[in-house]
Amino acid sequence: MVTDVLVVGAGPAGLTAAIELRRLGVERVLVAEREEQPGGIPRHSGHTGYGLRDRHRLLSGPAYARTLTDAARQSGAELRTGCTVSDLQAGGESLTAILTSQAGIEEIRPSAVLLATGCRERPRSARLVPGDRPAGVLTTGELQQRVYSRGERLAGRALVVGAEHVSFSAAVTLAHAGARVVALLTEHERQQSYAAFRLGAALRWRVPVWTKSAVTRVTGVAGRLGSVEVTDRRSGQVRTVDCDWLVFTADWIPDHELARSAGIAIDPGTRGPAIDLGMATSVPGVFAAGNLIHAAETADVAALSGRHAARRICSFLTALAAADALSRVPIITEPPLRWISPNIVTADGTTPPRDRFVLRTDEFRRPTRLMVSQDGKILARSRSLRCIPGRPLHLPASWLTTVDPEGGAIHITIDPAN
Amino acid sequence: MSWDVAIIGGGVVGTAIARELARYQLRCVLLEAADDVGTGTSKANTAILHTGFDAGPGTLESRLVTRGSSLLREYAQETGIAVEPTGALLVAWTPEQASSLDAIVEKARANGYLGAVPVSESGVYEREPHLGPGAVAGLWIPDEAVIDPWSVSLAFATEAVRAGVALRLRTRVSGVAVLGGGEGFELAVDSGPEPVRCRFAVNAAGLASDQVDRMFGCDGFSIQPRKGELIVFDKLARPLLSSIILPVPTPRTKGVLVAPTVFGNVLVGPTAEDVADRSDLSTSAAGLAALVAAGRQILPSLEQEEVTATYAGLRAATEHRDYQVSRHGRYARVAGIRSTGLTASLAIAEHVAGLLEEAGLALKPRTGDGPARPRMPYLGEAGPRPYQLAERIAADPAYGEIACHCERVTKGEIRDALASDLPPAGLDGLRRRTRAMNGRCQAFFCGAEVSAMFSRADAGLRAEGGGQRGH
Repeated sequence: MVTDVLVVGAGPAGLTAAIELRRLGVERVLVAEREEQPGGIPRHSGHTGYGLRDRHRLLSGPAYARTLTDAARQSGAELRTGCTVSDLQAGGESLTAILTSQAGIEEIRPSAVLLATGCRERPRSARLVPGDRPAGVLTTGELQQRVYSRGERLAGRALVVGAEHVSFSAAVTLAHAGARVVALLTEHERQQSYAAFRLGAALRWRVPVWTKSAVTRVTGVAGRLGSVEVTDRRSGQVRTVDCDWLVFTADWIPDHELARSAGIAIDPGTRGPAIDLGMATSVPGVFAAGNLIHAAETADVAALSGRHAARRICSFLTALAAADALSRVPIITEPPLRWISPNIVTADGTTPPRDRFVLRTDEFRRPTRLMVSQDGKILARSRSLRCIPGRPLHLPASWLTTVDPEGGAIHITIDPAN
Repeated sequence: MSWDVAIIGGGVVGTAIARELARYQLRCVLLEAADDVGTGTSKANTAILHTGFDAGPGTLESRLVTRGSSLLREYAQETGIAVEPTGALLVAWTPEQASSLDAIVEKARANGYLGAVPVSESGVYEREPHLGPGAVAGLWIPDEAVIDPWSVSLAFATEAVRAGVALRLRTRVSGVAVLGGGEGFELAVDSGPEPVRCRFAVNAAGLASDQVDRMFGCDGFSIQPRKGELIVFDKLARPLLSSIILPVPTPRTKGVLVAPTVFGNVLVGPTAEDVADRSDLSTSAAGLAALVAAGRQILPSLEQEEVTATYAGLRAATEHRDYQVSRHGRYARVAGIRSTGLTASLAIAEHVAGLLEEAGLALKPRTGDGPARPRMPYLGEAGPRPYQLAERIAADPAYGEIACHCERVTKGEIRDALASDLPPAGLDGLRRRTRAMNGRCQAFFCGAEVSAMFSRADAGLRAEGGGQRGH
C-alpha cells in the first residue's frame, strides 16, 4: 500500500493532524491506532471541558473523541484500529514502518511519519513506593477505563496521589464509581489545580488536600489493599490511612518507546522526541506532536500541535530539498524549570504551535519573569508568570527573530531580577 | 483411598518431583497451599540458570546444580521455555576483590566447571562498555544464562497433571499422623474434612518446610527466611548490557547483580535481609534506595531509565550451608533449597525419586509413550513472539490483536492461557503465563481490557464446571 503520511496514534493530536493533512490535499493519510477504538485518552473521561481551543465548544471526553473521529473519517484519511506500529526504521534513505494487526504484518514506506503516541502516568512501581503489592493500586488511566468504559463500581475508601487537574478528575471518577475519597495528597506545599475545582471538590465531597505529604508504604491484606502509610514531609509524622483504592495520578511520561527504538533523539527535559518549531524530530521525515512532546497538556492543546505539525509535514512533502540545510539551535531550561516544548529553534521564520512555547516548573514560584538568553546575551524577558508544578507556563515566541542561528544554545531561566 | 506419594508444596521443586514420579506406575498427589503453582520463592528470584561454578565444592547443592543445569537447559529447549545464554561477567571493583578471582576459578574447577576465563580491566569494558568506572578485573563465565522462571513450574505441573498426577490447589497440610506399622501417613488438610492418605510423603514446602518437617516428627533445621528485594528496569535499558554482571561474592551473600531478563528488561538485586515473617514480601524504602544506588554505580546509564517493577522474594535459607535433603522412613525432606533451586530442580527430583526407591517405593516405568512434553508459550524476547509471526496471525488473527501494548501480548495468547491445562486463578497468574500487564505502564492502558477478558473466562469456567479452576 502506498502511504504519503503515516500518523501513529488516533488521539486528539493524531486525528487533528490527519484532518488537516487531508484538508491541505495530501492524498494518502493512514492513521494507525493500537486500541480498538480511536479517540485516545478523552474516550475514558466522563466529564466536560474538551474541545474549547480547537473545536470552539465544550464537549465531554467521549463526545469530543467521537467528533474528531468522525471528522477524520469524513476527511478521507484511512483510520485503522487494533493496529500497532510495531517497528519504525528511520535509518536509511526511506522510512519503513511495520504494522501489526488481525490482518497480519504489513510493511509500509511512507514519505513522512507523525508520531502522536501520547503519554501515560508513572505507575506506583516507577515511583519506587515501597511495601506490599496488593490489588487496588492503579493510575487514573486504568481507573477511568474501568469506571467510564466498563461501568465498574468501586466500593470503599480511596486515596488519590497528586493534586493537579487530573488528580481532581480521578477523585470525581472515584466518587462517580461509588468510592469515598478520603483525601488527595501532594508532596508540594499546595494543590495545583484551579481554585474553583478544589473548592468544588471540598464542598461537594468534602475531600481535603494533604500537602507536603507522601505515600511511603503500601500494606495489603489477603492480596487487597488494606492501608497506606502517609508521611508528613514537614513534621516527619507518619500515619496509617485505611483505604481500598490508591490512585497514582499525573507524573507524566511520554510514550516514547517507538521514537527511541527508531533512534530519534530525545529531549532530556520532556523525555519526548526533541523537536524543532516545525515539530520535526532529529530524523528527516519524522515529526512528533501532542502529549508525546509535552506531557501532559489538555486535549485541545495536543490537537492544535497536531494541526501545526500537519502544516509543516505538507511543506516537507512539497519541498524536500530545503529541509536539512537549516541549523538547529537547542533550547535548554535551567531548574526549577523542567522542560520547554518545542526545544529546538530553526531560523526559517517558523513559529511554534499557537505562537508560544510551553514550559513546566518543578517548584512553585511567586509570579516571575522568564529570561531568554543566548551566548550571554539576553534576548527577551517574559511578562510575569505564575509558576505552578504540573501547570503550563506560556512563553511568547516574539524573540525568535533575534536568535543567532550560528550561535550557541538558548537558555531559559527564571529572571534573577524578579 | 490411598496415594502412593503425596508431595507437599507446588513450587519449582515440588512440581519437578511430581513430574519425575509421574513417569512411573504410581498414583501421586501434589498439595499446594496457594491457588497456583510456583507462587513462592519460585516466582520471585533472579531467574538465573546457574552453572554451579560458585557452589560449595563437595556439597549436594554443587552436585545437583551442576546436573540440574544441563537437564533444565535441555528441558527448556524441548518445551519452548525461554533461555538466553548471556554468560556472566564477575567484576572485581577493588584490588582485594581482584586478588580473590584466582580462588573463584579454583572453586569453579572443584565444582567441575572448567569454563571460567580471567578477563583484564580493558577486557571487562570491551565486553560491557556501559559499565561504570572503577572495574579492576573480571572473570568470564560463559555458560551462565537467564531463564523464564514462571514457565518452569507451570511446565512441570502441566506435564505431571497430564500424566495423571492430581494437583490440589488451596490445600494446606495442617497435621500428619503416622499410619500403623509405618506403612504411610495421613495428612490433615485445611481444604476439607477428608485427610490425604499416602504411602510415601515428600516435603517440598519451601518456606514452610521446617513446620511440615516437625509434623513428621523431625527437627533437623529451621527456616530463616532471607528477603531479597529486586528492581526491574524498562526494556529500553536492555541494550546497556549483554551479560549478567556479578559482584565478587562475600561469605554471606552473592551480592547485588545486574542482569538482563529473558523478558527483555534489566534486573538489579537482590538485597539480603534476614526476616522473621515468612509472608512478608514487602519492599522497603531503604532496600529500593540501595538497589538504585548499586544499579547506578554498576551501570550509570540506568539513571536515565524508568523502573518497571519492584518486588521481593524470600529465600528458604536454613542454618545449614547445604540443601537439607534426606529420608526418614517413608518421609523425604527436601528443604533449604535456596536461590539455586530453579537450576537444580530436575536433578533434585531425580535424587528424591532415588531416595524414595531406597525406602521401598517401586519405580516401575509406565508402559507406552506417556504424554508428550508440554509446549509452553514462548515469553522471551530473544526469539519471535506471536505478534511477529505472519503465518501464525494468518492462521489465527487473535495473534495479531495486541492487548497489552508494553509487553506486546496478544489476545490469542491470553485466550490460550485462560484455556490451558492449568488456567490462572487470578490476574497475577495470568501475568506469569503471558506477561500481560507486566510492562512499563503497569496496566494504565490494558488493565481494564485484560481484567475483563479474565473475568469472562473465569465466569465461563464457573458456569461450566462449578469453579474447578486449576483442579
